[in-house]
Amino acid sequence: MTINTELTISFSPTHRLQWEEAQQKDVILYPEGMVELNQSSAEILKHCDGSRTLAQIVTALEEKFSTSGLTNDISSFLEDALKNGWIQQP
Amino acid sequence: MAGSNNLKITPPRWLLAELTYKCPLQCPYCSNPLDYAKHSSEIGTEDWKRVLTQARKMGAVQLGFSGGEPLTRQDLPELVQHARQLGYYSNLITSGYGLTEEKIVQLKEAGLDHIQVSIQASTQELNDHLAGTESYENKKQVAHLVKKHGYPMVLCVVIHRENIHQMTQILEMAEELGADYLELANTQYYGWAHKNRDLLLPTKEQFEEAEAIAQAYKEKVAGKMKIYYVIPDFYEDRPKACMNGWGTTFLTIAPDGVALPCHSARDLPDLDCPSVTDYSIAEIWNESKAFNFFRGNEWMKEPCRSCDEKEKDFGGCRCQAYMLTGDMYNTDPVCSKSPDHHVIEEALDAARVSALSDNEKPLIFRNSKNSKKYSA
Ligand code: SF4
Ligand code: SF4
Repeated sequence: MTINTELTISFSPTHRLQWEEAQQKDVILYPEGMVELNQSSAEILKHCDGSRTLAQIVTALEEKFSTSGLTNDISSFLEDALKNGWIQQP
Repeated sequence: MAGSNNLKITPPRWLLAELTYKCPLQCPYCSNPLDYAKHSSEIGTEDWKRVLTQARKMGAVQLGFSGGEPLTRQDLPELVQHARQLGYYSNLITSGYGLTEEKIVQLKEAGLDHIQVSIQASTQELNDHLAGTESYENKKQVAHLVKKHGYPMVLCVVIHRENIHQMTQILEMAEELGADYLELANTQYYGWAHKNRDLLLPTKEQFEEAEAIAQAYKEKVAGKMKIYYVIPDFYEDRPKACMNGWGTTFLTIAPDGVALPCHSARDLPDLDCPSVTDYSIAEIWNESKAFNFFRGNEWMKEPCRSCDEKEKDFGGCRCQAYMLTGDMYNTDPVCSKSPDHHVIEEALDAARVSALSDNEKPLIFRNSKNSKKYSA
């Protein structure tokens, strides 16, 4: 399974991304399970809102953090996220 | 008390709310206590709401509504709504029996995240026999409706000697029903399953064949359906890391409000498990005798005490040690280092003899009549 660069990416409707006060972390919740996220992973996933393609997510994040060269990190993280069912494409 | 005091106590993450012991089905592998009929009182809606609020405040985030059959509680939608407002991820663990489309929609609107439906077997005949009730068609219907209304659909099938030969058909059924997750839970021998063990425990050959089929299928459906395969610990040489460590992660509340560090802890002697009607969740989690009893590893006896694997499995399950060796401080006999390991081998032999005999004794079904017998 790989990301189609033509299509937008959205967070899975059967998972939930939520800030956990007690853990001071964003987590993904799904049936009987939970994954704790580090800040950058959470930031990427929050940009998967169904309106952006991979390239657009990279641009948005590079702008937000005034940096460049994030393409490889972001796309490899999103490949895994897709395999885990955290994100989807139309 | 056995627990050590200078331990850092981690907050609960998982709250299992056993709302009731009432259930229309009679599964002979049910993990409820044999004498559940003795504990028939149930705490009220406000008690449950308080428990949810207090546990959430401490950090619990995964919430399971189970039982018995949680659908028999009329206040379920109200509790689901309260849980949603608090930010829990709520899981309904149900037999599916009697779940109408109207209820499925109502629970979704209240904020329920997920419904796990259990099916006993891949054929109507066997399903209805094991459930002690005609329920197969109804359950399949419910599985469709769960999917239709946008829940992630988790199908749970408890595996044992009566259905293990259907492994291929069970996998096909789950795929056909469009399950997102399939939980193949090999029976854990507590409660009623312990009582029926000779009839439920598969032989090693059966178990290995079924596991190979399930593993191969896992690859076939990768990306479509996730398969969780819960191994039967009787065929392992190390015990499971029970409850991820005593009093570290899981908090179970029984229907009558008794707080349990593990769902069978009620059967252990001298724990004095506290009730939510007397104490707050913080007091129960941090200060009670029961929750501190097996925290850390000060309580361990040999061979666990000097074993370099004790951080990995915490010496296994206390309830299993108690049930099978008579001493809850012992090493879980599943471990090949346990001096009591022979009890596991004897259990496997007894089950094999029973499997090969022509006149096996009948299964004991989980119902009030039978439970009253064990409540004396
Ligand atoms: S295992 Fe069967 S009998 Fe026990 S609570 Fe679940 S559905 Fe009811
Ligand atoms: S001896 Fe105890 S700690 Fe060591 S592996 Fe066995 S159960 Fe685990």
